[in-house]
Amino acid sequence: MPKRITQDIEPVAGNGLLHRRLFLKRGAAALGAGSLGLMTAARAKELPLWMQAPGRALSGYGSRSRFEGHVQRRPLSAKGTDGAGGSWTPLESLEGMITPNPLHFERHHSGIPAIDPHRHRLLIHGMVERELFFDMDSLLRYPMVSRTQFIECSGNSYLAGLPAEPVNATCGALHGLVACSEWTGVPLSVLLDEAGVDPGAAWILAEGADAAAVSRSVPLAKAMDDALLAIYQNGERLRPDNGYPLRLFLPGYEGNMSVKWLRRIKLTATPAMTRDETAKYSDLMPDGRALLFTFPMEVKSVITSPSPGLELAGPGLYQISGMAWSGLGRIARVQVSADRGATWAEAALSGPVLDKAVTRFRMAWRWDGSPSVIMSRAADETGAVQPPREALIAAKGRKFTYHYNGIQAWRIGSDGQAGNVYA
Amino acid sequence: MSRREHATEPQGWVYASPSSRGIRNRRASLVAAIGMALAIGAAAGANPDQATELPEGPDLGVEAAPEEVAEWDISIQPNGEGLPPGSGTAVGGAGLYALHCLSCQGAEGKGQLNDVLAGGHGTLDGPAPRKTVGSFWPYATTVFDYIRRTMPYQQPQSLSDEQVYALTAYLLFLNGIIGENDVMDARALSAVQMPNRDHFILAYPLFEDD
Repeated sequence: MPKRITQDIEPVAGNGLLHRRLFLKRGAAALGAGSLGLMTAARAKELPLWMQAPGRALSGYGSRSRFEGHVQRRPLSAKGTDGAGGSWTPLESLEGMITPNPLHFERHHSGIPAIDPHRHRLLIHGMVERELFFDMDSLLRYPMVSRTQFIECSGNSYLAGLPAEPVNATCGALHGLVACSEWTGVPLSVLLDEAGVDPGAAWILAEGADAAAVSRSVPLAKAMDDALLAIYQNGERLRPDNGYPLRLFLPGYEGNMSVKWLRRIKLTATPAMTRDETAKYSDLMPDGRALLFTFPMEVKSVITSPSPGLELAGPGLYQISGMAWSGLGRIARVQVSADRGATWAEAALSGPVLDKAVTRFRMAWRWDGSPSVIMSRAADETGAVQPPREALIAAKGRKFTYHYNGIQAWRIGSDGQAGNVYA
Repeated sequence: MSRREHATEPQGWVYASPSSRGIRNRRASLVAAIGMALAIGAAAGANPDQATELPEGPDLGVEAAPEEVAEWDISIQPNGEGLPPGSGTAVGGAGLYALHCLSCQGAEGKGQLNDVLAGGHGTLDGPAPRKTVGSFWPYATTVFDYIRRTMPYQQPQSLSDEQVYALTAYLLFLNGIIGENDVMDARALSAVQMPNRDHFILAYPLFEDD
């Protein structure tokens, strides 16, 4: 049986002495197999335990292997709270383009509300012909679309490049406020059309049903273009930590605008200038002025393997794997360098390469065991190119916090360990 | 409507100024906002390889009564629209602050567990900026709105409008923006000129010019 026998055995004395029934159990199992005469003792020794007895029962909702239990988000909450902060996706442990729902990053401003979907309603009001309520049962009857797209917190990656000295942490701890899912829901334009938008309206104010009642102003143009009222995430209903039962999803825009637990949309002529869009998510420039309404998350890439914490076992052939995304469109190309940016080569993009989705890139690398610096840079279909850290800082200083998308370099030591390096 | 640029190849590896990026994020014409058919076109154009044609909705929205809307609508515009009746002063707010805010925000807004609310004036252009209500926030109406919808952290939306006015006044007073006895109400609050008001650069409208 795969169950770890030692975990049920309490120590009986110091320094790790365990109860003798540990041996009794093992003995009984071996005796059982032998006495039934199904296999020789020698064969039982070779055959994996999990082939010697039926596996565990069927279940209603799946769980991962217990050997993968160490793959965890990294939660970090504001002092004095346990739900106002973020949890970072462990990018270094994942592959492909889709983020598993339980590992999708979190960013909450006042915890995760426990919303009863039967009591949740969405109000659309303000500059419309008809002010309307929609309950979840109604929304589920509307025409839906599915889109595979990323969402990224605007503060993602700032720790990777803005501190004066490089912070050494895993790829996920530095860049893990990004995730990519298939989102399914009702285009917001359908509901706005039903309400009848006043020609003078130019913005919507979206508000969540959490304790912070998070609110953000969104251009009406975006709302009518590709905004989604998401109900499903990777095929199942949204997770509570991603806005159950209803969230706004704004492809390519900074994550906090995709208001979770959506309960109210007000059409207005001008933005409300909420705290989160003025005092929080604005980008401070070197001269002390701040950029307001920097919506799209721009082109970025990062090598997830090798990366800090994933030790290279020794010289030889490795696959460099990473992810690239842009809030402006498709990824056009990714290049990888293994010599600190002196030379670059085109990485293979793993399809499908979708609009505003994470694109996985891969590249083979024969590591000779010498200290190396590897990095990736991406370009999107609009021609935007991921900037080197120095270029970004030269243009925007080191205080802007949000929308950092500089090139990430990892140094690989001769011991096979990776670390964050400014290169 | 939703014009998309189909440059499949970036034009070499020339690094554009980061602050100018994003300008290509086009804005759908407002005309599109009116017509369902046009809106469908916009949605389809945004995701040519992922789009599904939209049939029209089943019209299941239920008309909201004006009084219901009034109860739900807690949003406030910088011109003061949405501010409720009531008033308060910093003198009244000081006691409320001690009761509801002090443990996280510290005495006189100087910071404890969480954000510093006062001071920081003149630090934004230096190497260690301190963004506070007084040094950074562009609109006083936002202070009222944020306190009312979010605070106190353990019991949001539990304060009366009078109390929120008083706390707002106290924070403005701590930052030297109003006097201790200045009465803050809908009219007075929307007239407050925050010190950092003119130091924001609107990035979004720049995106509209195509």
